[in-house]
Amino acid sequence: MNWGDSDGFWNMGGYALYVWGSYSLTLILIIVEILFLRARRRSVMRQSRTTSS
Amino acid sequence: MSQSQQPALWFGGINLFKYAAPQTFYPLAGQLIPWFGWAATTLGVAGLYVGFFIAPTDHQQGESYRIIFIHVPAAWMSMFIYLVMAFWSAVGLTFNTRLSHIMTSALAPTGALFTFLALWTGALWGKPTWGTWWAWDARMTSELILLFLYFGFIGLQSGIDDPRRADRAGAVLALVGVINIPIIYFSVKWWNTLHQGASVSLTKAPTMATTMLTGMLLMALAAWFYAIAVSLHRARTIILEREQSAEWIQQHTGGTS
Repeated sequence: MNWGDSDGFWNMGGYALYVWGSYSLTLILIIVEILFLRARRRSVMRQSRTTSS
Repeated sequence: MSQSQQPALWFGGINLFKYAAPQTFYPLAGQLIPWFGWAATTLGVAGLYVGFFIAPTDHQQGESYRIIFIHVPAAWMSMFIYLVMAFWSAVGLTFNTRLSHIMTSALAPTGALFTFLALWTGALWGKPTWGTWWAWDARMTSELILLFLYFGFIGLQSGIDDPRRADRAGAVLALVGVINIPIIYFSVKWWNTLHQGASVSLTKAPTMATTMLTGMLLMALAAWFYAIAVSLHRARTIILEREQSAEWIQQHTGGTS
């Protein structure tokens, strides 16, 4: 086990800014991509229903 | 409005182009996406566990090295996705298969995402390790050019209204830009870069602890499955956007034709 307690874990040996800065942006971008994909799909589904002749 | 003449490429008694028809691809991809999504999640959780709780602290870099579990997989994917885009572009230009071009378009935003993450995590790793967020060395500059190639591809395609012309123009750009991939990969050998050499080599024994390598490979596999899942999802959406008038899509979306 690397971390004595949760404080030690979040502190990352003094590199918290760099390590969590990397992981948090990765998580944010993944969530944003998935939300964009869903919105794009919903939009085309709606469009397809309303514009059908 | 299905394509009247599909070319045939026979392989083991199966016409490979059968799966090149959007109508065949669409439901198949829909069934596969959840599996790829779950594989990405499972491998990602395992990779993070190994990376944070099993892999030891690095002697020289302390805990800052743990950025590697994002940085290296993101950098690999940034290059690999571009190679796959170039492959589908070549197939699309050769056989004139619409689905190939759709795959290229579907991959581009995810490729740009991984390229940006590689640069971002590289900056956050460079600062504590080298004392600088950025240097114009060959590895970093060529990776930045890769990001511009992704943006250029997306911009070019969205700037052309006719999908057929947009496909061909994008495919040519993707193929021309592929020259940048070996430049990125070999930059650390060809030039004297601030960036270190390859972390993993097929010809040499690994230089890092086995648990570090395991965590990195798990995260790389997770990134790979994630990229497949989101690009298949995006490809399905592009099919819906492009072929809205097709009868099977009308039935699928609940429109009445």
